[in-house]
Amino acid sequence: MWRFSLYNTNIDFLRWRKLAMAWSIIVLLIAVGSLLVRGMNLGLDFTGGTVIEVQYPEPVEIPKVRETLAKAGFGDAQTQHFGTSRDVLIRIPPREQANAAALSNDVLHALQADEGGAGATLARAEFVGPQVGQELVEQGGLAALGALAGILIYVMFRFEWRLAVGTIAATVHDVIFTVGWFSLFQLEFDLTVLAAVLAVIGYSVNDTVVVLDRIRENFRKRRKGSTMEIMNLSINETLSRTIMTSFVTLLSVIVLYFLGGTVMHGFSIAMIVGIVVGTYSSIYIASATALYLGISREDLLPRAKETADDRP
Amino acid sequence: MPIPHTLNQYPWWKYLLIGLVMLWGLIFALPNLFGEDPAVQISGARANIAIDAAFQNRVATLLDADKLPHKRLELEDGRLLIRFSDTEVQLKAADILKDRLGRDYIVALNLASAAPGFLRAMGLNPMYLGLDLRGGVHFLMQVDMDATVKQVEESYVDEIRAQLRNEKVLYSSVGRVASGGVQVEFKDGAERDKAAQALRRQLPSLEQSEPGPLSLKLTLGEREIKEKRDFALQQNITTLRNRVNELGVAEPIIQQQGSDRIVVQLPGVQDTARAKEILGATATLEFRLADEENDWYQAAETGRIPLNSRLYKDRDGRPVLLQKRVMLTGDSIVDAASGLDQQSGGPAVFVTLDGKGAKRMEDATKDNIGKRMGVVFIENKTETKRVDGELKKTAYTVEEVINVATIRDRLGRRFQITGLDSTREARDLALLLRAGALASPIEIIEERTVGPSAGKENIAQGFRAALISLLVIAAFMTLRYKWFGTIATAALAANVVLIVAALSMLQATLTLPGIAGIVLTMGMAVDANVLIYERIREELRNGNSPQAAIHAGFDRAFDTILDSNLTTLIAAIMLFGFGTGPIKGFAVTLSIGIVTSMFTAVTGSRALVNLIYGGRKLQKLTV
Repeated sequence: MWRFSLYNTNIDFLRWRKLAMAWSIIVLLIAVGSLLVRGMNLGLDFTGGTVIEVQYPEPVEIPKVRETLAKAGFGDAQTQHFGTSRDVLIRIPPREQANAAALSNDVLHALQADEGGAGATLARAEFVGPQVGQELVEQGGLAALGALAGILIYVMFRFEWRLAVGTIAATVHDVIFTVGWFSLFQLEFDLTVLAAVLAVIGYSVNDTVVVLDRIRENFRKRRKGSTMEIMNLSINETLSRTIMTSFVTLLSVIVLYFLGGTVMHGFSIAMIVGIVVGTYSSIYIASATALYLGISREDLLPRAKETADDRP
Repeated sequence: MPIPHTLNQYPWWKYLLIGLVMLWGLIFALPNLFGEDPAVQISGARANIAIDAAFQNRVATLLDADKLPHKRLELEDGRLLIRFSDTEVQLKAADILKDRLGRDYIVALNLASAAPGFLRAMGLNPMYLGLDLRGGVHFLMQVDMDATVKQVEESYVDEIRAQLRNEKVLYSSVGRVASGGVQVEFKDGAERDKAAQALRRQLPSLEQSEPGPLSLKLTLGEREIKEKRDFALQQNITTLRNRVNELGVAEPIIQQQGSDRIVVQLPGVQDTARAKEILGATATLEFRLADEENDWYQAAETGRIPLNSRLYKDRDGRPVLLQKRVMLTGDSIVDAASGLDQQSGGPAVFVTLDGKGAKRMEDATKDNIGKRMGVVFIENKTETKRVDGELKKTAYTVEEVINVATIRDRLGRRFQITGLDSTREARDLALLLRAGALASPIEIIEERTVGPSAGKENIAQGFRAALISLLVIAAFMTLRYKWFGTIATAALAANVVLIVAALSMLQATLTLPGIAGIVLTMGMAVDANVLIYERIREELRNGNSPQAAIHAGFDRAFDTILDSNLTTLIAAIMLFGFGTGPIKGFAVTLSIGIVTSMFTAVTGSRALVNLIYGGRKLQKLTV
């Protein structure tokens, strides 16, 4: 029953490369367009401000909480249920005031002073000053660029520049897609999501490298066949692995989405999107880009001293 | 090609090596199995408060008197640890002990590893849980360095005035410029040149420039600015350390981050309002002459304090009688450092005053040589208390004499305090003097608080996610690859053990994103096995014999596994380099997971495959 037929497949993947490229370009344009028009729904980590999660002993109604907060001078607070009807999440935008860090305490005191709020306890409070948020945006961008650069250098060193460019194209594709997804659906983008995007970079490259490895091997092993045939063959040969690994990793991330608690939601969504699109891009984008850049057998043949292949 | 059936066999030492690594992993992961006891930790508020067997008996009696059941009392490293079986008793006991023991002791809530003593004696500890998993407060504080430099420049304004007066130079004004630096205006170019010369000699650390024909600008040099900034940072760290002690936190972390920031982590602290109040208190110093005419002990006993004096206590609680008149306050202190006295070789504290302070000190000490002088440390604190259901803020001060010494000479800009008992005392005194110097403003720029129940929930959810994930992957791999899938599952389980062992050994912080990293690594770790098994299947389809297929599968997949893991590792390392807090936790577990998975998924599972299939004549192989 598990023998879904992924073996000896002979799908002419690259025949559809123009279509895939066109599709990817359209999707990326939508993603970039959304980033430009709608922007990101940046979380507290990046915007600064205060988030307070309060747990009540009994279910509590949001309008009542809002009223209490407005009376206490927090009219600008956003209030919503979080998980259950006993948990309330309160967001307060960054404020220009001397002691902004004291806000969370003031909010909690205001809620506790209200009738029915005496048993309210603080589950989580976060305050991020505006200077910290700005830095995190910069550091996050630097980390992403650093990771891409490091990987580019490694792949260039291990393979060949056309394949390296193909890998980076695939990875950038995945990152823009994932970030665009968060922009399009206005999901909150916080530090954990940024971590997930970096993990997607690692994962996407991981996936692509396996296909590239096989392309290199087949170029060296098979004397016959056009560049495109060899690439198609390599993609087909690694197809079962690509799908298996993506599936297993996807499984563990889906488990994380459902069982890891609300804090991990953004992280899991980014990983799920990244794994799905990363699987697609490692099949299409990387190889097709290298093909467009004019890769040929000669580029991947081992150099003179390596020709003695002792493999059986 | 004939394939010898010894193809898939490891030499004995390889099995031994793998066995040793796994044994190491199991031993280091072991302490995590025992969980934690809610505990109360008591330590002395000062160095001379003894925590000994007698004290242990006293605490035991107190606990028994209130019928508070406790598991064990443990005495180690001058601390007393009391273990309880539930949190409710722990909280109650902490409150009672705090009340009964008074301010000489620091009573802190703690979670103590419940691992048996011999494991702890071997230095084996469970993983260090981050604040998001154990609950607590994380503050990031920033020292206002612009204000620090401004303060230094302002003190130079007085200094420069004094120097110019001494040298009898005529100037029209001295003042700080808003854009930084001190500017002196003159009526006459010759006077300016005279001033420039004198100041170059007297205050060589200042850089001079001439913005106009009749003015002279003095700015702090790079090095001095750096010194002042470091001083301001150290001063704040010292003050924060002292404060945190009184909050009663078992394992606080107070660390410098970057050039102007301080991280404060207080595990287990829930009352953030109180924490902020205590951390935000300010301290000052006062130098006062001692009352030499009256008996200090008598004054303390009878309560009759001479009219011109005030009664203080020193750090050991002994009475000290000082004059009411203040000689000098802490904001005149520019620096205080501990070191050794050149003449006697004994421990000493070197104090540097600013110009104005030096003048006052000189005036106050020149007629009092041979008399004693005391240093009072004053902390201004606020406390919010619930009074009749309303929250009220009350301000109070705590005063303590930190040093009494005889004035040997007329004291000026630089003087030293000697006659200290130990280098430790010298260091403490220098720290307190610095803490009481003019404080640089400090601001909380980031706060993350997680309640204890939220922390517990996070652990439970993270653990469950990891476990279910492991089971789902195990089921899937076994269905797909049969026995080989079971081997991959064993390798995966071994990988989790090794990650936990590495985290426990390094005492790296485990955070919720860190658990996500472990879950993610599980998915990626089986990738290596998937690569190998798919390769074996391929070799079998190409008509290779089972043994040859196994051999080639492992061999050929290795390059690919190495490439794919190294690229992920690059991303993880970048994440570690740039990330902060919880994100670092993710990067740590991801990096460790990648490295350990290379071992378990390749070498470990190969060893199992070799043990099961190696050296046998296989006709058929189901992968």
